[in-house]
Amino acid sequence: MLKINAMRWRHFYLDRLVQIFVYLAVFLVCAVFLWILIDLLRGGFAHISWGFLIESPRDAGRAGGIGSILVSTVLILLVALAAALPLAWTAAALLAEYVSTTSKLGIVVHYSLQVLAGVPSIVFGLFGNAFFSIYLGLGFSILSGGLTLACMLLPILVSTAEAGLRAVPDSYRSAAAALGMSRAAALFHLLLPIAAPTLAAGLLLGIGRAVAETAALLFTSGYADRMPGSLLDSGRALALHIFDLSMNVPGGDAPAYASALVLVAMLLCINIFAMKLVQDWQRRRTILE
Amino acid sequence: MIWSKRNILFPLKLTDSLLHGILRAGAVISALVMLLISLFLIVESWPVLGQISPVRFFTDLSWHPLEGAYQLMPMLAGTLYASVGALLLAIPLGIASALFIAYYASPRLAKWYKRLIELLAGIPSVVFGFWGLTTLVPLINQLHPPGASLLAAILVLTLMILPTITLTAYSALMAVPIEFLRNAAALGLSRWGMIHGVAFPAARAGIVAGIILAMGRAIGETMAVLMVAGNVVQYPDGLFDPIRTLASNIALEMAYAMGDHRAALFISGLLLMVMVMMLSGMAGWLERSRHA
Repeated sequence: MLKINAMRWRHFYLDRLVQIFVYLAVFLVCAVFLWILIDLLRGGFAHISWGFLIESPRDAGRAGGIGSILVSTVLILLVALAAALPLAWTAAALLAEYVSTTSKLGIVVHYSLQVLAGVPSIVFGLFGNAFFSIYLGLGFSILSGGLTLACMLLPILVSTAEAGLRAVPDSYRSAAAALGMSRAAALFHLLLPIAAPTLAAGLLLGIGRAVAETAALLFTSGYADRMPGSLLDSGRALALHIFDLSMNVPGGDAPAYASALVLVAMLLCINIFAMKLVQDWQRRRTILE
Repeated sequence: MIWSKRNILFPLKLTDSLLHGILRAGAVISALVMLLISLFLIVESWPVLGQISPVRFFTDLSWHPLEGAYQLMPMLAGTLYASVGALLLAIPLGIASALFIAYYASPRLAKWYKRLIELLAGIPSVVFGFWGLTTLVPLINQLHPPGASLLAAILVLTLMILPTITLTAYSALMAVPIEFLRNAAALGLSRWGMIHGVAFPAARAGIVAGIILAMGRAIGETMAVLMVAGNVVQYPDGLFDPIRTLASNIALEMAYAMGDHRAALFISGLLLMVMVMMLSGMAGWLERSRHA
């Protein structure tokens, strides 16, 4: 009897101990997250103004704003999306609708995308430098930076779009076939419109990943902080600007804080919007079924 | 499934096969990107890889690529110390977070905390690095100079891989059949008894796969580590010594590297990629064995 009681107490205390540990861990994570946000706000908020957002940087970024850098960032992003989206979405449509996951093509494409998803961003930077900048002769330019990012975005865009298409119930496909729609018609008129919110969410996640990227752009899109004149000009992305200000420019902390704040605010908005899209879509889908 | 060819919306019989061809081309090109990357890494590293024996990367006296000394071991050790240290911190925190979302928190709180973790995953590495540089490094410097150290790298990496571990562990826990948990509750197990005895064994493969993926991410992380680790090529004696990782070495030296030096950097990139590929292969194998 005594032994059973002792065991029961041990279990009771163990249970409590684990619970306390879990709550402590969660508290710690929340505290650090808030710490980072508050640090960024405190360091950067005073420095942010309309002028900061539209002016070009002067004196290596210590003075002036981030106008030209925002333009370069957007251009790099547009190049990356223009190159990656068609490839990613056609690949996703093929994988989800046309070939089975056990067919040879399905296995090869899946496996190579899975490996691609794990490749470190600095390795993409090396590849981009060797292939786009030097082999194709694009030099340090927005174009080669964007194309490097496109390679990086492929896996995430394909996997989100494929998951979205697969989540469309099979009854829709049967219904389309029963109505005599061709597969192309079913894809364009039925499946893609239904899966559109998840495609958009994947797109937003991809944008978030691209805007956050530094290492892959270091040797592909270059450091020049002036306003880019064309896609073949070198352009500095916002993340790279933060890196440069904090590592190479003494006295660049205040604009670095402000740039980091702009970047984090942008990313938080993009990610929250993406989450919202997915959540609404899931709710609507449960109603549809 | 039966698909008729003739219909009102796409009258051309050609459209279907044309579309199929386009989709196939897109998929094949996406698959070729991986091949192209491997090819270019090998071609660029060939000047050195073809000339000297691979053993020299581990037996040379030091890393002085301009003088033909290519010792990679100190940086490999730095990479491994930082990643393993970060894993040691992130595994308990991440699994505790996943448990909190899955079993401890109320649905509302769980949703908010999961969002917070997802947002944490979206914060760019350069911002973590910047925060580490302006906040953590001075703090560690007060404790034990110089501040930029293995410890700072471990702490920053922990924050970066925590979301990966939490989210994969959470989805593995969610995949545990609900009957298992109900049976455990019916047997009168305590909450920890249920987690330890039922949920963990059932979700083990998924959780381990997530940890392996996080390890891959930690090994490949460049900018955040570069900004806080001090970047001295050496074997660290303790937590407060500066280190240089393989990835940050590439970022630091690529700007001025020429000839054989450049090839040596591509070799370290190749090494990184092989390590990460092995890890993600292991994770994929675990995932498949879970579904099988």
